[in-house]
Amino acid sequence: MTTLNQQSEFVPTILDPEALDSRPITLWGLVRRRFFRRKSAMVGLGILGLLILTAIFAPAIAPYHPEQVLIGVEQVRKRQAPCIHLLGCPTDQPQHLMGLDGNVRDQFSRVVYGSRFSLIIGFTTVTFAILVGATLGGLAGFLGGWFDDIVMRIMDVLLAFPSLLLAIAIVAVLGPGLINALLAIGIVSIPAYARVVRASVLMVKEMDYVSASRALGAAPLSLLYNRILPNALTPLIVQGTLGIASAILDAAALSFLGLGAQPPTPEWGSMLGTERNQVFTAPHLVFYPGLAIMLTVLAFNLLGDGLRDALDPRLAHVS
Amino acid sequence: MLQYITRRILLAVPVLFGILLVTFILGRLIPGDPCTAALGEHATAEACERFAKEFGLDQPILVQLGIYMGNILRGDFGESIRYSRPVTLILIERLPMTIELSTLALILALLIGIPAGIIAAVRHNSATDVVTMVGANVGVSMPVFWLGLMMAYLFAIVLKDTPFWLPPSGRLTAGLTATPFYEHYGWQVEPGPGWFYLLEFLSNFYIFNSIVTFNFTVLKDAITHLILPALALCTIPMAIIARMTRSSVLEVLGMDYVRTARAKGLRERIVVIKHAFRNALLPVVTVIGLSLGGLLGGAVLTETVFSLAGVGRILFEAITARDYPVIQSFTIVIATGYVAINLLVDLAYAYLDPRIRLT
Repeated sequence: MTTLNQQSEFVPTILDPEALDSRPITLWGLVRRRFFRRKSAMVGLGILGLLILTAIFAPAIAPYHPEQVLIGVEQVRKRQAPCIHLLGCPTDQPQHLMGLDGNVRDQFSRVVYGSRFSLIIGFTTVTFAILVGATLGGLAGFLGGWFDDIVMRIMDVLLAFPSLLLAIAIVAVLGPGLINALLAIGIVSIPAYARVVRASVLMVKEMDYVSASRALGAAPLSLLYNRILPNALTPLIVQGTLGIASAILDAAALSFLGLGAQPPTPEWGSMLGTERNQVFTAPHLVFYPGLAIMLTVLAFNLLGDGLRDALDPRLAHVS
Repeated sequence: MLQYITRRILLAVPVLFGILLVTFILGRLIPGDPCTAALGEHATAEACERFAKEFGLDQPILVQLGIYMGNILRGDFGESIRYSRPVTLILIERLPMTIELSTLALILALLIGIPAGIIAAVRHNSATDVVTMVGANVGVSMPVFWLGLMMAYLFAIVLKDTPFWLPPSGRLTAGLTATPFYEHYGWQVEPGPGWFYLLEFLSNFYIFNSIVTFNFTVLKDAITHLILPALALCTIPMAIIARMTRSSVLEVLGMDYVRTARAKGLRERIVVIKHAFRNALLPVVTVIGLSLGGLLGGAVLTETVFSLAGVGRILFEAITARDYPVIQSFTIVIATGYVAINLLVDLAYAYLDPRIRLT
């Protein structure tokens, strides 16, 4: 069955008018087409798009300031359940889509503003980790010898710790706080990038075009940055996208434990952590921030998977 | 094979040395003076001097490192500042809980993840496949602490007064106690390091302890208390295992020998289990090893959510209380356990794949 299916998939490609088109198919065109054909990647892209729009237009979407305490402003009590007019909540009561938190703040506004923190956390930690990891891994693969040995042994030791635990230990040294938590997660994710880049550099550096550049007298560093690293980029993009997902998840976990973002910052993990003992009486305060974390992480995971399959077609048929 | 095992074990030694070094450095980097941390803010200069002498803190840093490593290697983890008790004793009390929880979570992840992956692969592109993969993608993205809290709410509050009710916190229902099996059988053991520590350690595995003492009330209670935490903890590894099993089985199903097996008229079940799955197992084993790190990190969160007194929970409390000896030794124990499990996974890999041990 499988072989028959595979054949029937191949036949139309030959007759495909697009394939007969005389215009050349570029590598990126092919990648783009493969990427946009995947439904799951599109779902991920959709969620991420919504998230980015929410983050940009947070002041317009959120009905209240995320840190505004509503005591004395409205007739409300703390940890009040959601009141949605469309679902039958009396219209004389102020509308709060996700209810109110323990400090009588509008939960919906806090969740909306939380998207900003999530995206910033994801991008900054991964950028930091990629900059350090790619440099270390690139140099290790390029130079080889004792430098390679030392760097990769250090990476092995870092990988020997479960990542969240190492991040917790680093925050213990640096002290709790959002910036320190980000630094901790960044440090913990360095080895993954170092390994990925080193592996690609080792592969690319033996290629003929690199030898050609070297023969033409290119300086080692220019060789690394202009010839080798750009060609080692593909796995880095995939790893980076998936890395954002795990960075957001780990940062939320640290904040949940009280080691990351501190109240009253509207960060999802911290919102969940401060209200976790109220889960039995006010489940809405735990439900929405957690759902937001899950959807964000899901978006980056779907996107990362889609990119991997689009960039590495050898894997496309299996996943 | 023997040569391969020896090489793998020898390779783990520098990593373990590195773990000790990292925890030593982290311990020395933690802000604050160890003397005031241990003896309190109002410790006198003489007391601090005596303290420094006792713990070798007046020695050069390399000598300190030597003392530190020597102590750890002899199994002496020092004394907890917060509880004024040997850290080893705290480990004996707390470690079994975490091992029980992680083991149960791993078993659940394997029992659900592997069949789900196989079914999804066999029914490629069917509705079952799509549902399984959507589930796996959601599972990989799950914040464990959120899932735990929501499950606690669902099973303890929404399903209250139904047969599906499950306890949301703790290891045993208040009032129930697990008598250690050595006391149950009246064994005379001197309290102190050695046999007593070992027996105490084993008896803190409540499931094991209640089975050997035939106390089925405690056994049932301990298991019902573990179901929710284990379910929450197993989600991510389960999703990873299901995805890996699916893609690995799919790849193998396209192989020539599978076509041959089908062509000679073997039943589909035999083809899938004997020919495809066995050969698809290798990447799955690797991914099990990799997901254990997440399991141990997740244990900290799960234990916090379900108020379980395990290693993760105490490590977190130690950090907030700046209990350095506890932080250091628990990090070492967890990291060493992680390295040991990965070593076992590597050895299992070699056992399953002759190509690895022979080259």
